[in-house]
Amino acid sequence: MSTSAIEESVASSNLTLRDAINQTLAQEMRRDPTVIVLGEDVVGGRGGTSDVEEAAGGTFGVTAGLAEEFGLRRVIDTPITESAIIGAAAGAALTGLRPVAELMFIDFIGVCLDQIMNQIAKFRYMFGGKARTPLTIRTMVGAGLGAGPQHSQALYPFLSSIPGLKVALPSNPYDAKGLLAQAIRDDDPVIFCEHKALYNDTADVPDGEYLIPFGEAAVTREGSDITVVALSRMVNLANEAADRLAKDGVSVEVIDPRTTSPLDMDTIYDSVGKTGRLVTVDESNPVCSMASEIASAVACEAFEYLRTPIVKVTAPHTPVPATPHLEQAYVPSTERIERSIRRALMDY
Amino acid sequence: MTLPREILLDGYRRMRAIREFDDRMRREFEAGTVPGFIHLYIGQEAVAAGACIHLNDSDYIGSTHRGHGHCIAKGCDIGDMLLEIYCKQDGLCKGKGGSMHIADMEKGMLGANAIVGAAPPIAVGAALTARTLDNKGVAMSFIGDGASNQGTVFEALNLASILKLPMIFMYENNGYAEFTGTSYHLGGDIAGRAGAFDMPAEKVDGTDFFAVYEAVGKAVERGRAGEGPSAIEAIAPRWFGHYEGDPQAYRSKEELADLRNTSDPLLRFRERVLADGQLGADEMDAIDAEVRADIDDKVAVAKTAPKPPAEALYEDVYISY
Repeated sequence: MSTSAIEESVASSNLTLRDAINQTLAQEMRRDPTVIVLGEDVVGGRGGTSDVEEAAGGTFGVTAGLAEEFGLRRVIDTPITESAIIGAAAGAALTGLRPVAELMFIDFIGVCLDQIMNQIAKFRYMFGGKARTPLTIRTMVGAGLGAGPQHSQALYPFLSSIPGLKVALPSNPYDAKGLLAQAIRDDDPVIFCEHKALYNDTADVPDGEYLIPFGEAAVTREGSDITVVALSRMVNLANEAADRLAKDGVSVEVIDPRTTSPLDMDTIYDSVGKTGRLVTVDESNPVCSMASEIASAVACEAFEYLRTPIVKVTAPHTPVPATPHLEQAYVPSTERIERSIRRALMDY
Repeated sequence: MTLPREILLDGYRRMRAIREFDDRMRREFEAGTVPGFIHLYIGQEAVAAGACIHLNDSDYIGSTHRGHGHCIAKGCDIGDMLLEIYCKQDGLCKGKGGSMHIADMEKGMLGANAIVGAAPPIAVGAALTARTLDNKGVAMSFIGDGASNQGTVFEALNLASILKLPMIFMYENNGYAEFTGTSYHLGGDIAGRAGAFDMPAEKVDGTDFFAVYEAVGKAVERGRAGEGPSAIEAIAPRWFGHYEGDPQAYRSKEELADLRNTSDPLLRFRERVLADGQLGADEMDAIDAEVRADIDDKVAVAKTAPKPPAEALYEDVYISY
């Protein structure tokens, strides 16, 4: 390989998570004319009184510029009509397109769950393996913006329990790009969960295309004393907690599963085999959370590795309050994660 | 309206196949040979036949829990359908869908659907594919009077309307949503509601093949020309219960007895083509005999065909995982 080719292959830019997603959508739409984007205000401004062609590009600007490059036949503004957005994406996927549908907030899943749970997830199985549903549903998850009980939930655990769906949860711009490209090219339906408090996080992201396979966890920090498995935004907080503990000589290994369906338990078992201790961190409510699922899998399949009880860190069994200081108390914090790790390290 | 002989023969054959198929399923269900639930299409044959006769394999339909007639009219293989209903490994869905989920992607049949009102948004997606690929295809969703009250149907109407998609909302008003009559469950009027979404919406006698044929022909032509969606409400009483075994305590004996005289789409078709001299009784009788023999043979095959192997439980959840 020539020097210039190497330079080209590693060329990267410092991007926000928002821009990494935007760049991926554009790259995938360029390489495959069957990729379409549809959702509420993915362009924005249809039917308004100004002559602004693209008034929004998504409520958080994630789809900005796509309509200009790909036109309104491929970047489709819909009414506020989640059942029809997701249902139409399902039908389009069954018949030869590769739609990326936007379910603006995951909280809105209540008005389109049938399409996700009974239709999209089951087409392949109930049609005897003869249907393909290459569909990506992009959706925002998570608390932290004071958006209140119906715009802040982390509802990915129950989706991860539905056979037929895949669920991806990027924690940083690099993973967001590779996972989204994989989601769009994947022949199975994928729920792609973007944490709204991560949109402005930045990282170096390669300019070229790349894929991150599903079901491969990332070890974001190697350590030997304790394993922390964290998801989405919680990965950052777990790494912050690990930084603090490092000052006290505690070596924390942090694992980001990146996808919860499929879920890479092998990486977690291997890590717990090394450390003997486990903390699971999840912004979801505690009952049937991913924190519970991962803890249960380790307790059932790798009990002999454990030297101390597993500690789970989740949101409480409450809705997400709009009240800023209560919301702050709701979301697991770096301090709580640090305290939980210290508890898990106590000798029994 | 005078139709070419081949259309008449084709339409009659589709209707007779649906009648024979579901009448046989009714008897087999009573005899206890069919697993699960079945929902008979008898009485509504002219709707599926008169509608699907306008469609090609590259056009799509979304169906309902009462989907046997739609499958047959859209060209699904009757033997493969029977294998599916008997949950056998060579069924259209390898035996894992059953009566309420028969699908055939090669025939543009996007699935019978056990969730009432779920298919219209999916069919709108198929219409979106046709528009995106600009292939002159159309999509059609069958919608019962019961489903007509679901919010999903209104969302599908609105999206198809604003995007001007090549979509046909094919309502089948059979008089009952499960055990509840339209005089109770329907506020307003189905065609009127659809028409409010800025599309042509016509009400036709769904026991009259010719009326359905004509109305759907216009709607399909409009869709292929890129002029947008249409709705048709075909009124065709359901002869049997919501599901097979439903004792229909909510219907009078007179209503049920009258159906065979006043609402038999096959009888009406025969009387008309005989009166006009368009087809002979002998050629229709020949179709009847052929269809019956074919179904006899295929039911026998389906009953003794192999079941899916144990490992099929775990197969086809994902393409890769």
